[in-house]
Amino acid sequence: MSAGEQEDHRPAVRVVSVEVVVALLFVGLGVLVMADSLRVGAGWADDGPQAGYFPFYVGALMTVAGAANAFLAVRRRWLGSGPFVSRAGLGHVLHVLVPTAIFAALIGFVGLYVAAAIFIGWFMVRHGRFRWYGALAVALGVPLVLFLVFERWFLVPLPKGPLEAMLGY
Amino acid sequence: MDELGNLFHGFAVALTLPNLGFMLVGILLGVLIGVLPGLGGANGVAILLPLTFSMSPTSAIIMLSCIYWGALFGGAITSILFNIPGEPWSVATTFDGYPLAQKGRAGEALTAAFTSSFVGAFFAVLMITFLAPLVAKFALKFGPAEFFGVQFLTFASFIGMTKSPGFKTLAAMMLGFALASVGLDSVTGQLRMTFGSTSLLKGFDFLTAVIGLFGLGEILLTMEEGMSFKGGKARINARVVLDTWRQLPRYWATSIRSTLIGCWMGITPGGATPASFMSYGIAKRSSKSGNKFGTGEIEGVVAPETAAHAAGTSALLPMLTLGIPGSPTAAVLLGGLLIWGLQPGPLLFVEQKEFVWGLIASMYLGNVVGLAIVLTTVPWWAAILRIPFSMIAPVIVVVCAVGAFTVHNSMFDVGMMVVFGVVGYVFKKLDYPLAPLVLALVLGDMAESSFRQAMLLSQGSLAIFWSSPLAATLMSIGLLMLFWQHLSRLWARPRTS
Repeated sequence: MSAGEQEDHRPAVRVVSVEVVVALLFVGLGVLVMADSLRVGAGWADDGPQAGYFPFYVGALMTVAGAANAFLAVRRRWLGSGPFVSRAGLGHVLHVLVPTAIFAALIGFVGLYVAAAIFIGWFMVRHGRFRWYGALAVALGVPLVLFLVFERWFLVPLPKGPLEAMLGY
Repeated sequence: MDELGNLFHGFAVALTLPNLGFMLVGILLGVLIGVLPGLGGANGVAILLPLTFSMSPTSAIIMLSCIYWGALFGGAITSILFNIPGEPWSVATTFDGYPLAQKGRAGEALTAAFTSSFVGAFFAVLMITFLAPLVAKFALKFGPAEFFGVQFLTFASFIGMTKSPGFKTLAAMMLGFALASVGLDSVTGQLRMTFGSTSLLKGFDFLTAVIGLFGLGEILLTMEEGMSFKGGKARINARVVLDTWRQLPRYWATSIRSTLIGCWMGITPGGATPASFMSYGIAKRSSKSGNKFGTGEIEGVVAPETAAHAAGTSALLPMLTLGIPGSPTAAVLLGGLLIWGLQPGPLLFVEQKEFVWGLIASMYLGNVVGLAIVLTTVPWWAAILRIPFSMIAPVIVVVCAVGAFTVHNSMFDVGMMVVFGVVGYVFKKLDYPLAPLVLALVLGDMAESSFRQAMLLSQGSLAIFWSSPLAATLMSIGLLMLFWQHLSRLWARPRTS
């Protein structure tokens, strides 16, 4: 990353906040699992345990564990809670996460090969200070290698879009 | 000596030209995966698994297990030269490996690391050769209650033995079980937790989870720290290798102890990472030069590497004999067995002799070939790390996406991979362990079905788990493991006060 810039080391989120949110998500998920298990039946049918028999206890344990984690996180708060991630760090993470999400969504429209070329090329130029021809070579080379390995040698089809259709695949 | 005969037959299987080729390709890919950040043993094998669908199961498992050996070797390279552990189990190797490299003794450190990895793995394979058939024979007598007992023991030891807080381990594990139960219930045919979505019908595949949690999650972590490689140069020639080998026998006690720790931690699902830390810690306490540990002691490289490889290898023993993997990578290999149409478990040793012994023979060969390859090719692998991260990162993300897609040819899985990536990042930062999540996701169906069968036999009474001596023993050890942290604290208190 651009090391020359002044990095912002102030915390973006504190550990305790994330701890509590994650723990509460576990509680929520646990309750959801229990509710759905009760819906399909968590008891005993004529022919043995019902479909929700096992998952119900899984949900129950998850709820308990989540609640315990939330409690422990809040109780430990007075010890002082460090940053979960600094602002600069969060920035770095989003710089990968957002393009990755866009790339994943793009696969559905233009196929994996074109999406990969755009993603790699953009990333290299944006974050790597590569010259355009270097980025272009990698951006085209990687999908080409993937195509040869998967489509040709191992006969595993990957998602394709309009460009491949135009080329007759 | 039935085992020896079987083993020689196995060598005959493994020594065919195509299988040797797969072995070589596997090791090279494995080292590459071990060196690159964001790709590791578990998700590397997961990504490459779809490519083996058309291969014969024996060749496929030889290639994939060699990827695993390669990744174990590769982790040491980045730890020593760049102070970047390519794999979690090589973190302990950085403590003394990197200082050695800074002193210009990188060649010695690498030779010591590779050689002790080899030693650890070799003894673990020896153990598998003679112990696995016995365990399998024993396990043939298991009923549902005993199988659930083994599974209970597996998961309980996770809670008791890992360093993460117990409730976090429990939460992560239950998330795995919950995700495993999504979709069609195979016994009653009912839909569970699909909430009307057709994409959820198939349920969650653990391969997608592994690729997201370990692959994308790792990339996000690496990005946050702002990636920069500052590394030493690696020069290995025959003289350095021979000189180091002459020194190594001095550390025989450390090697034996580390091998034992590794084998134990691999069979009980502690895994390679805690094994390497534990072995380093004990070596530091018991070595004469223990106070110099951390400044560049060869012994400080020998201990964690031996244990990590011994653990990584012996994790395959419970996978082959009981169908219960001792590590996330072994879990992925287990998933492979199911996909190739083999039922893991004790019957494997009866019905698939060629497969099992071919695999065991390939472990011997793979480690010899691996040692030779890494010793001769280190400079090239070090050069890979000079490639800027801004180029490696998007390529790895693309490879992860391909891996996630090919599991079921489904775009939904690619989306799930991104979600699991975020989950992996957050979990790692909050010290939620990922291994129990993955293992629960893999074993969820099996654990549930043995639980249900046991309940069916007993008409809903938990007493069945204590009805036979074997099941009772397993469950009792399981409970002991579950509360291990509390019990050991109780034990320690009277003595300190």
